[in-house]
Order: sequence, then structure tokens, then C-alpha cells
Amino acid sequence: MIRIENIRKSFGDVEVLKGVSTTFEPGKSNLIIGKSGAGKTVMLKILVGLLRPTSGNIWYGDINFGELDKKQLRALRMDVGMLFQGSALFDSMTVEENVRFPLDMFTNKTAKEKLDRVNYCLERVNLEGVNDKFPSETSGGMQKRIGIARSIVLEPKYLFCDEPNSGLDPTTALLIDELIVDITKENNITTIINTHDMNSVMEIGDNIVLLHHGELVWQGNKDEVVESDNSVLQDFIFASPFLQRLRKAALAGGGKL
Amino acid sequence: MKFNFLHNFGRYILMLRSAISRPEKFSMYWKETMRQMNDIGVGSLVIVCLIAVFIGAVTAVQFAYQLQDSFVPNYYIGYIVRDSTIIELAPTITCLVLAGKVGSNIAAEIGGMRQKEHIDAMEIMGVNTAAYLIMPKVIAALFVIPLLVCTAAVVSITGGYMSSVPTGWITDAEYIRGVRSFFESYYVLMMFVKAIVFAFILTTVPAYQGYYVKGGSIELGQASTQAVVYSDILILLADYLIALLLTV
Repeated sequence: MIRIENIRKSFGDVEVLKGVSTTFEPGKSNLIIGKSGAGKTVMLKILVGLLRPTSGNIWYGDINFGELDKKQLRALRMDVGMLFQGSALFDSMTVEENVRFPLDMFTNKTAKEKLDRVNYCLERVNLEGVNDKFPSETSGGMQKRIGIARSIVLEPKYLFCDEPNSGLDPTTALLIDELIVDITKENNITTIINTHDMNSVMEIGDNIVLLHHGELVWQGNKDEVVESDNSVLQDFIFASPFLQRLRKAALAGGGKL
Repeated sequence: MKFNFLHNFGRYILMLRSAISRPEKFSMYWKETMRQMNDIGVGSLVIVCLIAVFIGAVTAVQFAYQLQDSFVPNYYIGYIVRDSTIIELAPTITCLVLAGKVGSNIAAEIGGMRQKEHIDAMEIMGVNTAAYLIMPKVIAALFVIPLLVCTAAVVSITGGYMSSVPTGWITDAEYIRGVRSFFESYYVLMMFVKAIVFAFILTTVPAYQGYYVKGGSIELGQASTQAVVYSDILILLADYLIALLLTV
């Protein structure tokens, strides 16, 4: 579980996060949504420690993230996996070397044990026989899956995904979503997904946090989205006339989409 | 401007402090250091030799021209080529060239990794990126660049021979006598001191430029250019300081 208390972050005079507090539970798809510039990426970077908050606390279970020294932080990060928007795969390494990198760096497993683990993770994301390919020889969807395989290779307790569906076609995006959900539930991982993909929100949103101008303006799950009367949420989720008509139809039919 | 310099200098020192730490996995650092030794050393051997042979050749021809019709004996050409090469030309010119070749490469490599979020990815995994990305390059350079400078000195002296003996400026015996005259082993020590200091500069300054790069491809290009310019200036400044310190 990750709990954040009154997180604030400013860049100069601009306050990007204005006192956000919430809890992200394990085994659930925790989504941070919001328009561009709402503070989602800053929030995610603060959660993984790439940025320091101006004030506020982040708790990883019982551990206060802000009080860790560099050594303790590195130890905690062994429990953290992250899927980047651009996948962040190392270009000069093959797919196998990319996925194996955390094992090479942090474990004393034998070559066979590492290979078995790499192959298991690649199979888990439905990628087989691509070990010797370079990232540039794979599609965008495959790169996302390789990124997921690398992020789960050390069996993390916390998984962060920054825009996992960006640049993907709807079918592949759905597959990536399902994959993240399955892995989250199988391993009871605390997963936090930063997205503005509405399909993801309506398909996998167990716990949705809506940020608007740096403030948490709504929190709920995918079933509560349609019936909510929060205007920011409705403007964001049902942005187009088509989606607004769909919502009206859903409300007329009992609030289910 | 003043505070900008202090800001950058402070951040450079902090980066170095962060880079000096116990490796997460020695074998990974060893592998990376070997790769860097190959890239910096073997990868630069041809250009270093090419430049060194011409430096020696030009030095010999220039001095032969200036000493003709003078009372200075001809064998002094070999002596001048040897000492100017060992004391100044081999370490300084070689490292200025390497600052361009190796330095720009380091800045672009690390800067590209920063922009593609590779460094963030490693940080989140728990890797000390300053250590993993910078220390193998520095250690490799500290070992390999003195060897390159040493090679450059030998090639340069040979280049002096090739340009002055077959062309008739000086005889074979005179050149070899000159090269063997008045030899001070202290000058070789000076050459290695310079090579080590310059190697440190031409790896850490570009690494700093790349590690903290922001923005897109234009900024990456600027960082790469700045890496070379600042390294060159610092190498020349260090050259002067070492000359002052070691010749007093």
C-alpha cells in the first residue's frame, strides 16, 4: 500500500501539486487521471522518488519515503518496477539483455536461473522468441510488453506505469491494460497507472484519482464514473458529444455503460 | 555568471562524490570498464597515431629549417623533437584531440540516455547512475589515455625521423644521437602526470554536461559542444598549472 499525505510541489512560483492526499491499495488498478498539465507526471515522479515534494509525506507500507537515505532508497527501489511512456529500453542491448539487466545488477543468480526468469517474464507478457532482437526491431506494443517484463523481473511489490497505452492502437492498448491488471492481481502488487486513456479508465479503474490544476478533485471507481455529478470528471471523461450521448443513454438505462 | 559558475562547479563536485561509491555488482562495472577501455583506447589509436606522426614530422622539419646555417649542431633536431614531444606535444595535443573525439561521445551518450529516460529507468531500479555511467569511463580513461599518450610520443619521434632523415635534412646517426642526448626521465613523469590529469578532465567534464542535459536534440548538441570546449580550456589551463608546479 502507498499512502500520500498533503503532497505539495512547486517549481519556482508555480505550484503544480496543491496538497494531494490519498491511498493506493495493493491488488487494485490505481489510476491517476487528468488533463495535460494537471500534475499527473509530477505526481508519479514524486511517488518513485525522481522528484522531491516541496512538502508532504509518502508512505510505502510503514516506510516514510522522505526519511530514507540514499542507501535505504536504493534498497526500497528493488521492490519498485516502472513502465515508462517511451518504454526506456536500452537501445544497445537485446531484448534478453534488457530484461536481464536488473538481475545482472542486483542478484547472484546463475546464468541459467537468470535466463529461466527472463524467459518466464517474456512468456508472461506473451513474447517468445524475441530474446535476440534489439528494441528497434520490435513494434511499439512489443516494446511496452518488454518494458513490463523488465519491470516485473525482480518481482516488485510496487508497479508504476506512465501512460502505458500512449501511441498504441485500441486493441493493443486493451491487451496492455489486461496484462497489467492480471500481473497486479496475481502478485498482489500496488500498481499505479498514470493515464488519460478513457478506455483504461472505464475498463480497469478500481481506484481512480482525478487531478485538476494540481488538486485531487474526485476519487472513485469505474462504476461510479457515470453517475458522478462532478463536472470536472464529466468534462474530462465524456469530452466529446458522442460520449455525452452515451452517458445520457447509460443514465437512462440505470447508470451502467 | 559568477553564481552560474559556482552552481555548475558545485553540481560537478556532487556528481563526482555520488560517482565514487561501492559498485552494486563488481562484475557489471568491470564489464563496462573493459568496454570503455576498448572504445577509448583501441577506438582512438589510429587518429592518435596519425596526428602524432605529423606533429613529429612538422616539428622536425620546422626546426631543421630554422637551424640550418646556424651554429647549433644538427643532432639537436632529434633532441628538440624528443623533448617537445614528451613534455608538451604528445600529452596536450593527444588529449585535445581526445577531448573532441571521446569527450563529445561521452556527452552525447550520457545525454541521450538522460533524454530517453534510460537514466531514470536505472535510478528507479536502484542503480547508482552517476557511478555506473561515469566511473567506468573515468577509470578506463585513466588507464588507457596515458598509454595512448606514450604511443603518441613514440610515433611522433618516429615521425620526426621519417621527415628529416630520408629527405636529407639530417643524417640517421645525427637524429638518433639527438634523441639519445640530454635525456631527463623526469620529463616522462611529467608527461604521465599531464596525461592522467587531462584524462580525468576529458571524461568528467563531458560526463557532467551529458548527465545534466535538459531539453531536446538542440540542447544535446549544445551540451556536446560545450563538453569539448570546456574540456579543451581546462586541459590548457591544467597544462599551464602542471608546467608551473613541476618545473619550479
